[in-house]
Amino acid sequence: MTGKHKGRLKIFLGYAAGVGKTYQMLVEARRLKEEGRDVVIGYFEPHGRKETIAQTEGLEFVPRGRYEYRGSVFEDMDTDGVIARHPRLAAVDELAHANVPGSQFSKRWQDVVKILDAGIDVVTSVNVQHLESLNDQVWQVTGIKVRETVPDWVFEEADEVVMVDLTPRALLHRLERGVVYPPEKAREALRNFFTESNLTALREMALRQTAHQLEEERRAAAPAMAPSGKRERILLWLTPHPSTAMLIRRGRRVADFLGCPCDAVYVRKEEGAIEPWLNICANLRIGATAIECKGNAAKAIAAFARGNGVTQVYVTRNAPKVNELVDQARDLQITVVAERVRPV
Amino acid sequence: MASKDFCRPDPDELLRRIQAQETGDRKGRLKIFLGYAPRVGKSKRMFDEGIRRLRRGQDVVVGAIQLKGAEHLQPMLREIEVMPPLIIAGRESIDVDAIIRRNPQVCLVDELARENPAGSRNRQRWQDVEQIRAAGITVVGAMNLQYVCEEQRSVERITGRRARNGVPAGFMHSADEMVIVDVPAEEVERSDLSASQLTELRELALLLAAQVVEEQLQRYMEAHGIKQSWSAQERILVCITPRSSARAMLDSASRATQRFHGQMLAVYVKQGELDRAADESLQQNLEYAGRLGAEIHVLEGSDSIARILQFAHEERITQLYIGHTQRKRWAFWTPGPVDRLIQAAEGIDVRLFPQTKAG
Repeated sequence: MTGKHKGRLKIFLGYAAGVGKTYQMLVEARRLKEEGRDVVIGYFEPHGRKETIAQTEGLEFVPRGRYEYRGSVFEDMDTDGVIARHPRLAAVDELAHANVPGSQFSKRWQDVVKILDAGIDVVTSVNVQHLESLNDQVWQVTGIKVRETVPDWVFEEADEVVMVDLTPRALLHRLERGVVYPPEKAREALRNFFTESNLTALREMALRQTAHQLEEERRAAAPAMAPSGKRERILLWLTPHPSTAMLIRRGRRVADFLGCPCDAVYVRKEEGAIEPWLNICANLRIGATAIECKGNAAKAIAAFARGNGVTQVYVTRNAPKVNELVDQARDLQITVVAERVRPV
Repeated sequence: MASKDFCRPDPDELLRRIQAQETGDRKGRLKIFLGYAPRVGKSKRMFDEGIRRLRRGQDVVVGAIQLKGAEHLQPMLREIEVMPPLIIAGRESIDVDAIIRRNPQVCLVDELARENPAGSRNRQRWQDVEQIRAAGITVVGAMNLQYVCEEQRSVERITGRRARNGVPAGFMHSADEMVIVDVPAEEVERSDLSASQLTELRELALLLAAQVVEEQLQRYMEAHGIKQSWSAQERILVCITPRSSARAMLDSASRATQRFHGQMLAVYVKQGELDRAADESLQQNLEYAGRLGAEIHVLEGSDSIARILQFAHEERITQLYIGHTQRKRWAFWTPGPVDRLIQAAEGIDVRLFPQTKAG
């Protein structure tokens, strides 16, 4: 939480639809407006929830933009409209939202970064399961592959993260009373995602994530808290295997918690096959280096690690040369990452 | 691992499940709003909940309220029936008998950690709450972190102060629900603590809540006969040997455990008799693991890799630390024990460490 942008970012973090993130975000927007600040709503998704809609009363809405795509018109946030209006603070719902086709950016978090860089403060809402590095663990726990993700650094650069807590039991009651979704959708949700164990596990993740954010904030303020002992450096070996996406997310998460640098390396002749992973790396701010290698790839990766002060090489268990790397690099720490599994 | 067996509850678990349901039926539920410091708004959240329940038709009374310094709560109280307290030696105490006679569905109790005045039926308010719950009445209460006994040492380290009284861990962990009242430090008005102290307390409260939630999850899974193979928390297992490289593994594991606020375990699988030097070295390594806060397990099993894996899956391990293989290079045309471990470690990261000689 280093406050890298001109505007301040405050995130209301929840763990499921219906915990009250949007409500809290609007309460905050109204409070600031009552204190005399120039506040607008950049984007708000009402979902038909009366109590939440009531909180928008008296707040100015920036009109939504209309985007044309293949003959259809879609509505979404008008980012440049928000910037042109230039309020002191904009409330922008659902940070992880994927924008409609034809928008300026593909993800709403990119819009939010642009608004912040224009010097406008933003309050926003998101659920913990949208955090990119938690994607595989969330799937393992809930069986749901979350498609809309936010890179971890967007969280880390937030000035404030607040946990919106509600117990799973209370949330399930809300769902049963029809506060969250209309009856048909609520029944469907209760059958799938909204089970007590899913919700409890996600809530635990949100609590831990918020605690971690606070610890990072304290660390940034007190350099003396830097971790003692040897400084670590993680290197991810990217291979064409599909589990590499999971490897990158896991490596990023561990590096963030250890507070150490994280880079990636790959063999140049595989460049075409690993292009999707390079995008994930770029998204998560992981630098990737290509090395030339004609002979033994494992040997070349180990040599690269030794030459670059790497303390830990991360490789997926399914990489074809994992045994060779383990054999070649007994002088290095190797972390073999296994795909997360779900009990049947 | 026979992963199919994971889903079948054994008879003991079924029994536990039934017992859990039975006690659940008799005893009133306990829901706690936990604040990380005074004036974060926990009492307001508690009364908000009381009013919401009242408006939904539940029979709600106030069993105890702390009005001094909380005049903003006054308007909320016009809606809810307040049970008059007992006055003993000029101080207020909950009238437990009157509440039980009144027999509401829900009783709101502020400041759960209060000490009762001398001459009360119980010394502590949380004991009153236990009696009210025993009568089948649900209690919704509020309290602050500095009164949680197991957190008092940490709170004192941060604030330099220690509360005189506290509620035992068992009471906290018996709560059916715990809600964390999370607000940024800057929004806590009139606090005599600094923003950094408040932030540290806030982190502590979030982690306590995470721990309570973790236990609830375990209980839930147990009551429903679901064996869980994953953990929402990082759980690190270090495989100990007599070798001195165990120390480097333990140091790394300890750092990682702290950063993740996870759990650290150390395991040794007995493999025949060790010579004296090796045994001494092993004992030193196990002691060192204990000093770093690891939970230590000494296991038996003829196939140590299989035993470690079984243990790791039972304990929902997320990261396993082990030394690199010691085998000669020429033996590599067949998979060695470490390769077997890597291939069978479903859902677990295996971190291999360079080896040094024993001793």
